[in-house]
Amino acid sequence: MTTATATAPTTTAAPARPAYKVTWLRVLRSEWTKFWSVRSSPITLVTALFLLVGIGAIASLTFDPAAAPGGNDGPPITDGAISLALMGTIFASLAIGVLGVLVSAGEYSTGMIRATLAAVPKRLPTSWAKTAVFGVVATIVTAAGALGAFLLGAAILDGEAIAMSLGDDGVLRVLAGTGIYLGLVGMWGVALGALLRSSAGGIAVLVGMLLIVPGLSSLLPASIADNVTPYLPSNAGQAVTHLNQAADSLGPWTGVAVFAGWVAVTLVAAAYRLARRDA
Amino acid sequence: MIDVHELTKRYGDKTAVDRLSFTVKPGQVTGFLGPNGAGKSTTMRMIIGLDAPTSGSVTVNGRRYAEHAAPLQEIGTLLEAKAVHSGRTAFNHLLALAQTHGIPRRRVDEVIELAGLQTVVHKCAGTFSLGMGQRLGIAAALLGDPEIVMLDEPVNGLDPEGVLWVRHLLSGLAAEGRTVMLSSHLMSETALIADQLVIVGRGRLLADTTVDDFIRQAGRQDVKVATTQAERLRALLSGPGVTITATTAEELVVLGLDAHRIGAIAAQHGVPLYELGQQTVSLEEAFMDLTSDAVEYHSAPADTAARRAA
Repeated sequence: MTTATATAPTTTAAPARPAYKVTWLRVLRSEWTKFWSVRSSPITLVTALFLLVGIGAIASLTFDPAAAPGGNDGPPITDGAISLALMGTIFASLAIGVLGVLVSAGEYSTGMIRATLAAVPKRLPTSWAKTAVFGVVATIVTAAGALGAFLLGAAILDGEAIAMSLGDDGVLRVLAGTGIYLGLVGMWGVALGALLRSSAGGIAVLVGMLLIVPGLSSLLPASIADNVTPYLPSNAGQAVTHLNQAADSLGPWTGVAVFAGWVAVTLVAAAYRLARRDA
Repeated sequence: MIDVHELTKRYGDKTAVDRLSFTVKPGQVTGFLGPNGAGKSTTMRMIIGLDAPTSGSVTVNGRRYAEHAAPLQEIGTLLEAKAVHSGRTAFNHLLALAQTHGIPRRRVDEVIELAGLQTVVHKCAGTFSLGMGQRLGIAAALLGDPEIVMLDEPVNGLDPEGVLWVRHLLSGLAAEGRTVMLSSHLMSETALIADQLVIVGRGRLLADTTVDDFIRQAGRQDVKVATTQAERLRALLSGPGVTITATTAEELVVLGLDAHRIGAIAAQHGVPLYELGQQTVSLEEAFMDLTSDAVEYHSAPADTAARRAA
């Protein structure tokens, strides 16, 4: 029954109607096409890469060994070159998160969702496929970007005391972790866009939760803040992007698990809304 | 075959569709008629599962739409509202929809050609005119080579050429034995192409009939006859059950005799006729009479009064 794959030639002259069928793989392929056929996708991905590599390069170039060791504002010296090279992670996370929101909320703002759900009336496969496609693309692209930023930074800082190489302990974990964190941010954006069905709303919640809420948590009484702050999405997720964890931070993989939990809860809520509400 | 059974949709305390039941029979063109706000679009959205009914049920070819393995092959749909990402080209839009079903690229090219989109296929859908957007929607509806084609107001906003194109396309689909359901608020336009009529108002079924029956019942079977000897003809035609009114000095409107009979009588008595024909203008009027109580948004009373008097 499933002879009609997209590549294999089907029923060239047969009078019988071809047997089409919606499958998971086909929905994935469709979402892949949808992702790459909208201009905002490559543009925003390139922007994220540019932010990641560019800001890392600037931070590495402007590094002043004389000022840094005792300075208050500089990165912890224990993290060395890699923290300079990945200085752009936060900015890249905004670009990736916004793109994630656009990928899902854009379906609602343009009306495309009606065509999508007419083709896949079981609905949920489209949501999973969309999240998977963007999650994988964002993870791979940003992990490659992090690697590029690190190598560029290593070249710039070659010979400095803080210089690091790929083989140093934890470097590969941080680079992969940066990709995983940004991939999760992207998936969270997709989930928020689908849950709120609004680009503006999704972007506002995403940026607010990633950037503003962690700052606000310092207003809480210390006893509460200590128990809450490490579990906030960006704090938890970014643990894996640092070589050495601060005292109040979660462990790298615990942090990833907590942030993935945030993403999963949002995805389930979005899926519930997709399944239940009129489109 | 579409089977709508006791379908109801409520939004808060407003009932958009009210215990609606009808069947769209295979191999026929069914016109789905009603004034604006009668619940036509809501019903069509429920048929393909975009909206969930408050109560009642609807099946397409015996199953709920979502239960089909290849829904686009069962029924192709054009909805009134735009259903395309404005930043995606027409080709990629159709390709992405085709890929969900494993529909080959060759079929994408086919529907592009069928819809006459060849020249704009690599332009963003957001730049399309209303007519082009409608063609793209129809191309998407035909992608799965569906047994049933359901179109919501397909000629709305189209220029005369576009209207003609849609009409030819639909007759072509019907001639191939496909089931066609199209909604409209224009009776005269629909009567040209439909066999079956489902008329709704305020979400309720007002009539489920054939076009022929509707015309027979609704149309007063007036025959308009023009002759240079109006007075003489009037005398000849008069009889029990026959009503004759004069519209101008040389024109009569006859009720109770068909054109066939009138022609025979005139010829028998040597009365020259220069026009003889069944009145069809009353179709739209009959539709309005049927739906006037169910019109969602009444126009100014003066207008309504004038329409009644006409």
